[in-house]
Amino acid sequence: MSNTEQADRIAQAREREIIMYSKDGENYFIVDAHLHMWDASDENQKNVHGAQFIECFYDYHKNLSPEEYVWTLEKYKKYSEEQFMTDIFDNGYADHAIFNPAALNDFYVNGFSRPLAWDMAQRNPDRLTYNHNFDPRNGEVGLRQLEEDAAKYHLKGVKLYTAEWHGDSRGYKLSDPWAYSYLEKCQELGIKNIHVHKGPTIKPLDRDAFDVSDIDHCATDFPDLNFIVEHVGLPRLEDFCWIATQESNVYGGLAVAIPFIHTRPRYWAQIIGELLYWIGEDRILFSSDYALWQPKWLIEKFVDFQIPEDMQGEYKPITTDQKKKILGLNAVSLYPHIKVPEGLQLREPAMASSSSPGPIGSE
Amino acid sequence: MNDTAPQEQRNASIAVSDLRATTPSEERADQVAAALVTVIDPELDEPITDLGFVTEQRVDGRRVAVRLRLPTAFCSPSFAYLMVSDAQDALSAIDWVQDVTVTLEDHHDADRINRGVAAGLGFAGTYPGEAAGELDALRRTFRVKAHTAFIERVCTIMVREHHWTVEDLGSLRIADLPAGRPSDGLRRRRADLGLPSDPDDLVMVDEFGAAWTPEAIPLKLRFAKAVRISIDGNAHFCRGLLRTRYSAAAADQRPRGHESLGTDRGVPAVARHPVIRQDRVAAATRTVIR
Repeated sequence: MSNTEQADRIAQAREREIIMYSKDGENYFIVDAHLHMWDASDENQKNVHGAQFIECFYDYHKNLSPEEYVWTLEKYKKYSEEQFMTDIFDNGYADHAIFNPAALNDFYVNGFSRPLAWDMAQRNPDRLTYNHNFDPRNGEVGLRQLEEDAAKYHLKGVKLYTAEWHGDSRGYKLSDPWAYSYLEKCQELGIKNIHVHKGPTIKPLDRDAFDVSDIDHCATDFPDLNFIVEHVGLPRLEDFCWIATQESNVYGGLAVAIPFIHTRPRYWAQIIGELLYWIGEDRILFSSDYALWQPKWLIEKFVDFQIPEDMQGEYKPITTDQKKKILGLNAVSLYPHIKVPEGLQLREPAMASSSSPGPIGSE
Repeated sequence: MNDTAPQEQRNASIAVSDLRATTPSEERADQVAAALVTVIDPELDEPITDLGFVTEQRVDGRRVAVRLRLPTAFCSPSFAYLMVSDAQDALSAIDWVQDVTVTLEDHHDADRINRGVAAGLGFAGTYPGEAAGELDALRRTFRVKAHTAFIERVCTIMVREHHWTVEDLGSLRIADLPAGRPSDGLRRRRADLGLPSDPDDLVMVDEFGAAWTPEAIPLKLRFAKAVRISIDGNAHFCRGLLRTRYSAAAADQRPRGHESLGTDRGVPAVARHPVIRQDRVAAATRTVIR
């Protein structure tokens, strides 16, 4: 394809409202695999834990974001749809984004995640995918609800927060019998993608709250489901890597880990280096966890990122194709309803892990 | 900085206990500080005093009062409990001390943990119905991780600074380690697991003292590196969150001791060892590396 043809194609894509991130002659199709439309406003807080929860989130936001991207706590508690669309699509370069809502009904009157997210997804079906959630502690009633939700939301994925409080319980494990009933139901309903967020409190309390070993059991017993472990198992990165190395249906979401690219780029180099070594380039998913972090700077910095030279004896340099997979194409393989415009796929699967080629289609 | 110095200082100060009737208040304060240095955050493998978790140490006659804070309100109750109860135990062990109050603040379960530790209820007693037992197994899990990570740290030093090759590391012995932090640090972590540290003992051993087999060394060392990176990352989060949560906390934090080992890099050759991919391996055979 000539350069003119390629330019035309990109122009057409833009007309179809398919925006892509371009840098140094490379075009990236970007899927943000984990974001939120939350309401942690004072009016919605059920108790002191609702306040503590959002303050904890805010500290993560403030501690790891570049200064110019830090919001006030007030804005952070509840933001508008317009703000979201601007940050994710206009400024944030995403071609597609996936809501992974958290219920947190014990902390917030109407739950943490806003139903508005589903409205937004209906109004922007080409850009937004809505995942829902379930809580296995709801037993039979919850199973029926899951059936209804699957039909209502056309679910392709769910988000599970295993440390969610529920009455007297402060969390559950995915290897619990009831969790298995729900996973069987997911399999039956064609809900293939199970996003799992770990920690920090869980029952029984004397166990490690961040332990990821339950994923190991599920991944073996439900080979048709994909388990996307958010924040790549941190703070138990090594256990996550070890499990994911052996279970081909375990994926890692970069939320929470990737912001280190700003505050501690050498540490980030080690994390991404470990992930590429243990689980490989096909099972790592970009996610901003918005509004925890703004995708704009994460994407810009990741595209520009390279393993520091003095560390390249330990970790191979990251290739452009690897970045393309991580930033979007890997998520597309889990969510095949997301259509990648021609020209934004990798050229040949066989070339997938070769070092940086020229602009796509330039030969 | 010698990693075990605080422990030794503490022992030394206990040895002069016959002066206790007249222990000057300054010395008492030093003893309290030295006791707190022995309290380790199990996940981060460093003293709570270096992390900036201690906000007040007050000595009033034979009474000691200490206040602790953590990086988030939702830090795991289990680890919070361990740090509060370890502080209680370390302070109670000072011979002139008669009354200890450790107060955890700004935590979602602070009241319950403070009451449980003060009343000596144990973890299961503090969380009836929620905890299945005490925290010994959890503590050991993190001591094993700390030991594993430390093996990788000292191996990196030997390869980068003392011309050892990865192939030879299987014969690395305690006596080969440079004096100071690498040697003392490894000894402390071995002692935490009940392992001796005789000069002839091998460095590359599991938590039971069994030597890593030569074939397993490259992969085990590679895994140990991932453990080290995981612990370091957690420390970066916790230290950063504490500074964000409490704007003056930076002044209370000391540089992470592990960073004084000199490097954020691992052993180069090890990274080239091919990972063993075992898709769909039966669960029973899967824990071989740990």
